[in-house]
Amino acid sequence: MGFVRANRTGLAVALAVVVAAYVAYAVDGTLTSSLLGFAWSFAVPLVLAALVGVLGERSGVINIGIEGQMLGSAFVAFFAAALSGSMLLGALAGMGTGLLLGAFLAWTTVKWRMDQIIAGVVLNIVATGLTSFFYVQGFTLPQVMPSIEVPLLSSIPLFGPVFFTGGPFSLFAIVAVLVIWFGLFHTRWGLRTRAVGEHPHAADTAGVDVVRLRLLNVTLAGLLAGAAGAYLSMEASSTFERGFTAGRGFLALAIMIFGAWHPGKAMLAALFFGLMSGAAAQLQASRVVDIPEQFVNLLPYVLTLVVLAVAAGRVRPPAAAGEPFVKGDA
Amino acid sequence: MNDTSTTDRPGPSPAGPPREQGATSPENRRGVLDVLARFQGVLVPIVALLVAFAIGAALIRLQGVNPAFAYTTLFRDALLTESGLLRTLQKATPLILSGLAVVIGLRVGLFNIGAQGQLLWGAIGAAYVGVHLAGAPAVVILPAALLAGIACGAVWAGIAGLLKAYRGVHEVISTIMLNSVAAGVIDWLVSFPLKEPGQSIPRSSAIDPAAELSNLGFVPVGFVVALALAGLIAWILRRTTAGFRFDTVGANRDAAHYAGIRIPLVVTAAMCASGALAGLGGAIETLGVVGRYETGSSAGLGFDGITIALLARANPLATIPAALLVGVLRSGAAGLQFETGIQPEVVDVLLAVTLLLVSIPVLARVLFGRRARDGVSLTSGWGS
Repeated sequence: MGFVRANRTGLAVALAVVVAAYVAYAVDGTLTSSLLGFAWSFAVPLVLAALVGVLGERSGVINIGIEGQMLGSAFVAFFAAALSGSMLLGALAGMGTGLLLGAFLAWTTVKWRMDQIIAGVVLNIVATGLTSFFYVQGFTLPQVMPSIEVPLLSSIPLFGPVFFTGGPFSLFAIVAVLVIWFGLFHTRWGLRTRAVGEHPHAADTAGVDVVRLRLLNVTLAGLLAGAAGAYLSMEASSTFERGFTAGRGFLALAIMIFGAWHPGKAMLAALFFGLMSGAAAQLQASRVVDIPEQFVNLLPYVLTLVVLAVAAGRVRPPAAAGEPFVKGDA
Repeated sequence: MNDTSTTDRPGPSPAGPPREQGATSPENRRGVLDVLARFQGVLVPIVALLVAFAIGAALIRLQGVNPAFAYTTLFRDALLTESGLLRTLQKATPLILSGLAVVIGLRVGLFNIGAQGQLLWGAIGAAYVGVHLAGAPAVVILPAALLAGIACGAVWAGIAGLLKAYRGVHEVISTIMLNSVAAGVIDWLVSFPLKEPGQSIPRSSAIDPAAELSNLGFVPVGFVVALALAGLIAWILRRTTAGFRFDTVGANRDAAHYAGIRIPLVVTAAMCASGALAGLGGAIETLGVVGRYETGSSAGLGFDGITIALLARANPLATIPAALLVGVLRSGAAGLQFETGIQPEVVDVLLAVTLLLVSIPVLARVLFGRRARDGVSLTSGWGS
């Protein structure tokens, strides 16, 4: 019962959302399913990318380079799959690239104490430059991503087909949220990570190897960015183009802030973004209101600005996010 | 590039004084290194550039083209013909300005990566005035169009400035979002209300000839303006109270606060100034090069500004050589593609590698060991 008491508001909101979803489902089943399906496919890369941000910042490293990590991974995943003819190889190559780019950010910011924001932006520019140079038109994936049905869960009406039926990366996103949620708040690793992100010198005094933990977390977070990139080029679509990620890495940071650096809340925030975009697209397509197409596409960006303007002052980032750790230099 | 005295800040880990080298190091080698280390602000970018060109050569080789031929083609095309030189300087002009825009931000600890959007607003603002004040004499329409560009850029950046100063929204996120919003809104503007009548592609009508910025031989007027502004900003930052306030806020917010500097005001003002410079870059692009607003005509200029500012280590005067370098590469890339079929994006690789080597502190440490100074200026974290 302690869990219920501690999360009273959250649970009430979740319950209200679920009830509202089923009411809508009862009123118009097809529309609700397609809207929720759109929202989730919009949210998957954002959830994964927001988790990258959460892992980094909970351990004290701001990751502005998620965009570049996703772009690089999407590129490698797509071309590895297209050239080798193996979807599995593509997915692994994409996640490996994410890991590599995570390690890059980790080493520059944690080991060499480069300014974290500048390191991230440099990572973005480098990823953009390399992917646009090596990009070649005319490649296709060998097959479409196989769809997996989770036994039992996928037969839940409305939610089952949306969340528990799909490609490996969308299912991975759900698993990742749960694992990181549990890991951050209920394991020794999580306690140490949060300590390192809030007060590295206290953690250091208590015997935690701050530098090692930060290197580890930021590098492993790259794996999730790799999954987000591979999802975009292999699962959500079967293509890659220059500038393919279109700012999603930055939307993810806004979602991370909106979700108060919490994996579960970040997932809800990402779904909210997806629902709003889906609703706007639906309104425009059905000609209910006459909004120019350009403005519909802008909605996620404007929403980000509004959400940040409202939320940024209300939530508190991990205290040491953005500050390099110098042992003994409290 | 006399950047050493102005860009050094008391960071969290100031480079220590030259320490004793090991006994194996000969006396004269130490002397040479000491002298070279004093010019590392210039040397590190040059070495980085050489490494980048070597990597670029390997990529060009892989595509079956002789690298020496490719590079000669690129530089000949950008520098050795009068039209090429004009084009290079035309390219360098908005690059100097967007580089300066990013530099101004960095000096206050703000990382304005939204120069792109601000530049687009400057371009469309100038185009609007250039079209709608048609018939007015040049002394009216030209300054009005330039001012419109400046104002549009400043207002757009000011949104990010206000969000940062009063709501704690990090400028990196807000400016990148504003970039997308600007691109979308402007695309709509030139697709509908400001579209050239009877045209199928989204673009504005041509500006009045009186609003055009001319060229003096192979030197565009805009280029001269950009050079003058680089000098002016260097002077403002080094010699005026406003510049001192900017640098103080950038170096140490707490100290600035205790000194009675109103930080929200300085942050907003710096963002507006930054946007004004980028907007002017866009306006000059419209009035001096394109002659109208066309979707896609200024693509990437603002993002190159980030590269330029970081290469210049936040020094306004150093943006000039950095922007010229990028201008030469971008201008020569078209000829390179024409003659050898190599994609112009090879320039992106060259710049990315250079930027990487200049900004991560490893190259300087390899070259100069303990004499290496830490890289560029510092930005701020969330909500501060």
